[in-house]
Parts: sequence; C-alpha cells; structure tokens
Amino acid sequence: MSEVLVVVDHVDGAIRKPTLELLAIAKRLGEPAAVFFGGSDKAGEVSEKLKAFGADKIYVVDDAEIKGYLVAPKAEALQQLVEKAGEGGVAAVLFVSGYEGKEVAARLAIKIESGLITDAVDVEADGGAPVTTQSVFAGNYTVKAKVTKGTPIITVKPNSTSPVEEAGAGTVEEFSATISDAAKTAQIVAQQPRKASGRPELTEAAIVVSGGRGTGGNFEPIEGLADALGAAVGASRAAVDSGWMPHTFQVGQTGKTVSPQLYVANGISGAIQHRAGMQTSKTIVAVNKDDEAPIFELVDFGVVGDLHSVLPAATEKINERKN
Amino acid sequence: MNIVVCVKHVPDATGDRRFESDNTVDRVGVDGLLSELDEYAVEQALQIKEKSGSPEETKVIALSVGPEKAVDAVRKALQMGADEGVHVTDEAIAGSDYIATSLVLAKAIEKISQDKGQADLVMCGMASTDASGSVVPAMLAERLNLPQVTFASVVETQGDQVRVKRDSDTATEVIGGTMPLVLSVTDQTGEARYPSFKGIMAAKKKPLEVWSLSDLGVDAGEVGLSVAWSEVEDTTERPPRTAGEIVKDEDGSGAAALTDFLASKKFI
Ligand SMILES: Cc1cc2nc3c(=O)[nH]c(=O)nc-3n(C[C@H](O)[C@H](O)[C@H](O)COP(=O)(O)OP(=O)(O)OC[C@H]3O[C@@H](n4cnc5c(N)ncnc54)[C@H](O)[C@@H]3O)c2cc1C
Ligand SMILES: Nc1ncnc2c1ncn2[C@@H]1O[C@H](COP(=O)(O)O)[C@@H](O)[C@H]1O
Repeated sequence: MSEVLVVVDHVDGAIRKPTLELLAIAKRLGEPAAVFFGGSDKAGEVSEKLKAFGADKIYVVDDAEIKGYLVAPKAEALQQLVEKAGEGGVAAVLFVSGYEGKEVAARLAIKIESGLITDAVDVEADGGAPVTTQSVFAGNYTVKAKVTKGTPIITVKPNSTSPVEEAGAGTVEEFSATISDAAKTAQIVAQQPRKASGRPELTEAAIVVSGGRGTGGNFEPIEGLADALGAAVGASRAAVDSGWMPHTFQVGQTGKTVSPQLYVANGISGAIQHRAGMQTSKTIVAVNKDDEAPIFELVDFGVVGDLHSVLPAATEKINERKN
Repeated sequence: MNIVVCVKHVPDATGDRRFESDNTVDRVGVDGLLSELDEYAVEQALQIKEKSGSPEETKVIALSVGPEKAVDAVRKALQMGADEGVHVTDEAIAGSDYIATSLVLAKAIEKISQDKGQADLVMCGMASTDASGSVVPAMLAERLNLPQVTFASVVETQGDQVRVKRDSDTATEVIGGTMPLVLSVTDQTGEARYPSFKGIMAAKKKPLEVWSLSDLGVDAGEVGLSVAWSEVEDTTERPPRTAGEIVKDEDGSGAAALTDFLASKKFI
C-alpha cells in the first residue's frame, strides 16, 4: 500500500489535534506516514503520540537549519520525500488548513506538478483515489472534487473528523533534506507564541459562544455563558475591529471557520462573511434584540432579547442545573 | 520602484453565487466586483508608494486575470489610485484552477517586468472571496522564485527591506525579506480608501493594457478547465436550514427557554 503523508502541525513538539484527525483520514487512503519538522530531541515523544493515533511511519526532518524561514524550505523537503518514494509511492499529501499548511501545499503542488484541493471538510477513498468534500460560497454549496494529476495534495479543515486512537507500526526514520539558499529568503525575525486562554481552542471546540457589536464591548456575559458550557469564545469582525477582542477570536471569512456541535451567536447580525465561518455548525442558537436580524434565518433556536440580561440569567440557570 | 497588485474580479458575496452546468463558478451571469480582500492590497500598495521618498518614481500596476468583465476590477484599482492596469483575458483561461491561474499571473508579471521595469513587489490579497484558497501568492513566489512574505497584518518597508507582522494560528510573528518579493496582506492592514470623484475621472485616462495568452507566450493547452489538475465532480446547494423556534424574551422567559432548549439537546 502507498504512504499517505501527513504534515504534522505542532508547537514545539506539542501536536495539535487536527493532525490526529489527518491521521484518521490518511488511514482511509493508505498507510499513514507522518512528517515531523522539528527538533530531533522532541522526536521520541512526538513519535509515540503519532504512532498511538495510527502512524505507520514517522519521518523526522530536523528543522534546526530551516526553522527561521517561512514555508519554502518545508515544500522543498516534502518534494524530496515524495520523489524518494518514487512513482505511486505516495498516495496523497495531507495538510491542516491554516496559513502555513496551505502555503506549503501550494508550493509543493507547483514543484511536483500535482493538483491541489484546499479546505476539505471530508476526504473519502474512491478506489484508492481521494474524493474531497468542500463547503463553499459561505457554506451555501457542497462540492465534491478529485485531483486528476500527480499526487493529490489536500488541505483539511480542523474538526473534519474524529481522531482514532489505534496504534500504527510507528517506524521512525530520520530524513535529511537538502535545502537550497533560495528557499531561505523569507525570514522569521521574531516569534511570540500566543498565550493559552484556558478555554478550548476555537477551531477545535465542541461549543462556541460568540459576541458581536451588540455586546457593546462587554464580553463578560459571553465569557460567563462560555464557561458554563465549557465552550470557546468567538467574536464577529465588528467586535474585533472595535478592539474588544483579539483577531484570533474572529469567526468568519477572514477569521476562523468553526463547525462545532453548538454555536451561540450573541449580538451578531449574521452578515454573509460571518456566516461563512459558522454556517456548518450542527446546532445554531442566537440571541439578538432585533427580530429581523438575518442570523435568525439560520437558527435552530433564537431569543429576541437583550443579551445583557438573557445571557447572565441563562448562565445562572445552567450553573444551577449542573449542580 | 514597480509594484504589481494582483486583483481578482469575483461574484458579489452578498448576491447570488452559483455554479455553471460544468461545475465552474458562474462568473458571467452574476454581479461581480473587485474582491474586497484585494482592496486591502491596493491600499497598502498606494501607501507604500506615498510613503516612499519618491512617489513619482513608484508605479502601482493593477493586474487581473479573468473574463471580459474582470476589467472592472482593474478599473476600480485605477480609480483608487493605481497608475496603470493590465487585464489578461482569453477564452482559453475559463475554468482554470489555481495552478493555471498562477501560471498566467506569473507570466504576466514577467512581461510587466520586461516591458515596464522590474516588479519589485508583487502584492496580493490574503484570499479571493470566491475561492478562498489563499494559495495563489505562495504559488507566484514559487513560480517567480521570489521570497514570500504573506498574511501581513501590518506592513513596513524601508528601501528594499520589507517587514510585516503576521498572526499565525499559534503565534504572532515578524517576517522580513528583501525585494523583489511577493507580499500578501490581510483585512487587518486597515480600511481601503474609496475612489474619489477626482480619482474616478483620472482613471479614465490611465493606461490599461489588455493581453491575451499569446502575448504572454502561454499555450492555450496549458490552461483552462480541460487541463485542470483537479476536477469538481459535483456541486449541491445546501438545503435551507429548517426554520427554528424563536421566542421573545419577556420578563426573563428568554433565559429559561434558552436553558430548556440547551438541556433538551444535551448541551448541559
Ligand atoms: C471582505 C470582508 C471580510 C469580512 N470578514 C468577516 C469575518 O471574518 N467575520 C465577521 O464576523 N465579519 C466579517 N466581515 C464583516 C461583516 O460584513 C459584518 O460587518 C460583521 O460581521 C458585523 O458584525 P456584527 O454582527 O457583530 O455587527 P452588526 O452587524 O452591527 O450587528 C450587531 C447586532 O447586534 C444586535 N444587538 C445590538 N445590541 C444588542 C443587545 N444589547 N442584545 C442583543 N443583540 C443586540 C443588533 O440587533 C445587530 O443585529 C467581513 C466583511 C468584509 C467586507
Ligand atoms: N484571477 C486572478 N487575477 C488576479 N489576481 C488573482 C487572481 N486569482 C488570485 N489572485 C490573487 O491571489 C490572491 C489569493 O487568491 P486565492 O489563492 O485564489 O485565494 C488574491 O487575493 C489575489 O490578490
């Protein structure tokens, strides 16, 4: 069976959940082979985890020489991995949809002359060839697609499937790539890891509670409800542009796409660009004082009312029920 | 200095967007406009020009690849203040994927460099609002063998040095590179200007060239739907969500109803 390369998304060896989802998808298409760009000192611990979630192979590419540069070196290394495997050796290359994943995928596609599909929300095998599902035009259309040339390169959105804890063979192999000087031209001058909020990560959370302009800048009711439900906090662009929340909390076309079990939109009108980031949520709830707000077209349950009174009261009731 | 800004003409997101029977995006039968996310790239290009010591020596060239109507995207960029426009259009381009689109853009940028002087900066939006790929800038960097400084939320240039702030998923980063390079910007870079009346009038007199594939030396067989490296097999409109229950909050009844709903769905 051919290998399916899964490019590992991690912070200093801490593997992020979407990578485990990719391993589950890879398993449907062939032999999951994880590619870890990182410090060799982290390789042991990382490999254990990747193995536990199904990796048959773990390629360790030491990144000491390339970690100060953006995108291009990783594309070169992956090209060499694919070429080493030879014709048919690699069945597909999977990335997590994110700034870096998409761009490495883009450059790799040109290098190995292969088709690229971005932002898949599902990938299935059709006689070995991956068929992707994408959600486009702000979630209004579902598209099925296939790569018709070369080695399929696919970026997959977080939360597209559940990780499967079923150990693979877990063979570890060091891979030393040759990186050209031309690939080392976009320099990472400084890097500041984001502080953990203590709440679930927005793209991974089962429940997201969001606030918009209607909060008037007071996110306490949003955070209170989020904590009662064990949810992540999100925001509309209006709330972000007003400086009430950092951009990393933004849900929508130019923010994060979320597809949780439950999305609660508070004081958010439901503009198309916001919908683009949340329309595929399983259950949608909104609290808005305008009964004509477009968000109500999407909801399973809506409350026409002031979020500043509805949310704190609901939070109190939820906390009571939990006890 | 020459700045090429890649601007895409896209179906209006607030209108009807749909597919043709061959599963390509309907670009002709719907209202279109300059992708809003590319306006931020035009804005930053104009700011770089204005802040450079010698604005009169800096040329901003708007470049679009697309059907006849796509010239409107170039025009809008000219109205905003770009100096020149290039529209690449050819029947054969219809249905192109990212791979072919980036090929045509790269060839056009090479021709601009030859005809009008080297493109020191190739600027793009963070994504097109229809495809949302966020991949064309990286593909251009790959094809043109240029550094890529992408997803900038703050842009600074000094001479041939570019420094940007980038908010990735896990960190805030500062990225730097030396021109020539490819630079993409996000909607966090700041509001794009509206064309002024004067700008709209002035745009009519600005040079706008229309090129076909043969002008670029690209073979029609290298682009278009039939040679796309990926294929859309099926498009389905999402069924409308079934109307939900909506209650009015009266004397705190909203909170109780909301709590009951969440409990009934086992979220509590
Ligand atoms: C290219 C582009 C990209 C964009 N990307 C995004 C994106 O990624 N994400 C995004 O969110 N937006 C995005 N936008 C912006 C989008 O078009 C809207 O402007 C934005 O989503 C509006 O945010 P809002 O709903 O919070 O504010 P508004 O539209 O102002 O709505 C506020 C709502 O709050 C309600 N309200 C007010 N007070 C209360 C109260 N006390 N209690 C309850 N309800 C109250 C009002 O009735 C109203 O419905 C983008 C726009 C463009 C052009
Ligand atoms: N057909 C096109 N013409 C001009 N620029 C384009 C075109 N397609 C993509 N671009 C540029 O590439 C960026 C990213 O596009 P995409 O990868 O399609 O999301 C856009 O914001 C544009 O700046």
